[in-house]
Amino acid sequence: MVSAYFDFVRIRFLTMLAYRVNYYSGIVIYAINIGAYYFMWRAIYGDAETLGGFTAAQMTTYIAVSWMARAFYFNNLDREISNEIRDGSVAVQMMRPISYLLVKMMQGFGEGIFRMLMLMVPGMIVAVLLFPVSLPTDPMRWVVFFVMLWFSFLINSQLNLLTGLFAFFVENNEGLMRMKRVLIDLLSGVLLPITFFPGWAKTLLEWLPFQAITYLPSSVFTGRLNGEEVWNALYVQIAWFLVLIVPILLMWRSARKRLFVQGG
Amino acid sequence: MTKILFSLSLFREYIANYIKTKLTYRADFWVEVASDLLFSAMNLIFIFVVFQHTPSLGDWSEAEVVFVYGYFMIPYGLFSTFSNLWNFSERYIVKGEMDRILTRPAGSLTQVMLENVDPPSLIGSLVGLGIMATAWWRLGLSFDWYDPFVLIVLALGSTLVYLGIYTAIAALSFYSDAPTGITPLIYNIQNYGRYPIQIYNKTIRFLLTWLLPFAFVGVYPASFFLEEHRDPLMAWLTPAVGLVVGAIGLGVWTHGVKRYRGAGS
Repeated sequence: MVSAYFDFVRIRFLTMLAYRVNYYSGIVIYAINIGAYYFMWRAIYGDAETLGGFTAAQMTTYIAVSWMARAFYFNNLDREISNEIRDGSVAVQMMRPISYLLVKMMQGFGEGIFRMLMLMVPGMIVAVLLFPVSLPTDPMRWVVFFVMLWFSFLINSQLNLLTGLFAFFVENNEGLMRMKRVLIDLLSGVLLPITFFPGWAKTLLEWLPFQAITYLPSSVFTGRLNGEEVWNALYVQIAWFLVLIVPILLMWRSARKRLFVQGG
Repeated sequence: MTKILFSLSLFREYIANYIKTKLTYRADFWVEVASDLLFSAMNLIFIFVVFQHTPSLGDWSEAEVVFVYGYFMIPYGLFSTFSNLWNFSERYIVKGEMDRILTRPAGSLTQVMLENVDPPSLIGSLVGLGIMATAWWRLGLSFDWYDPFVLIVLALGSTLVYLGIYTAIAALSFYSDAPTGITPLIYNIQNYGRYPIQIYNKTIRFLLTWLLPFAFVGVYPASFFLEEHRDPLMAWLTPAVGLVVGAIGLGVWTHGVKRYRGAGS
């Protein structure tokens, strides 16, 4: 049974690999985005030493690693799910003796492995060559970072599942999916670290799951969080991963009851 | 002349059709408008949050950066209304829809633009105008009688820059089977044009001014109104650059249509 799920990872990975040419430009796109924000932040810092708790050098690393983390955890599971719901093929998938949601997660993970090998790693090498990015020297920090990156993927995919499942309840969740994408970029800390937000917004964001996607792992990577704080960051991620399982299962249960395939 | 009038009458029909379809799904319409605006809201929130930590970006103040962004939204909204060519390759070339387009009485580019007309994007232009007006007032800029006319000319020039670049890119699918990845690439480069170009290094400035002139859809034309950063030469180049880029886009398109051999289905 487990091997069946593993096959979904493998198949998605191989499918993505077959279309790898489409993703080469992705490396350039991520380099462009890192470049745009690198120059922007250089102008923002001007003569200032630290802003929002980040030094100018840390900020460069933060931007690079945040965009590269996004290159890994980003996927279109929400769109895939809502397409399958709208064209009715979800009904066939539901009859199979495997969990639909787990299959989606596995496919997302297959895509994630592909993205890590073809986008994130080469992109990071390009970024290190082009911009003054400083990589951590402590091997333990690398290990923790990759564990946290795994949770970034899980939490982001969980939010995608939730957004995608909305297609069961509304006729068109296109706008919702677009909004979710913009919100995650802004509130997860890809564009700017959570510490930059004014007090009330910062407090609010610390109670939302978004910061666990980018801000926490990137802060660990840049050395902004140290010692005890690193473990706390990881616990926050684990907590959100567990908490988010609840609404997904609730939604899935009520969705199965009201599934009505149009013209199916 | 009659051809233009004919295209305009078609345009009216398509808008009427668009409104009829949208009135059936009113909720969708508003969600679409909101999600469009949210993207600009995100960029503005970025600007506002950043300026809580620094008094200036290079030597540009917050109100000036917001002003440039507001200006940018005007041509961008106009462009998105009339030219929604994002998935041109998949929708028209791969599916063979282009064959149908060529049998229509209107010009091929006009017909494609008509079929994808997206009036809600104009709301973005209006919001941009509002943002610009607010920044204008905050900066205490003087207002001359000719400013509205200059704004119209510059905004049309900027719109032409966008139209030209994206028409040329859409037309690439006539030459190559799968020009995937180019559109998102350009789309990401375009983001640079919304901020003061002076903060970038020489290579990026050259790229944005002469190769992919996105700086003419933001900082150059907007600087005409900003007393601190006025650069009349670059501002007045905007309509000229717009005409040149627009002509290139049209040229690549017409040449591409001639090469088009059909989908074979």
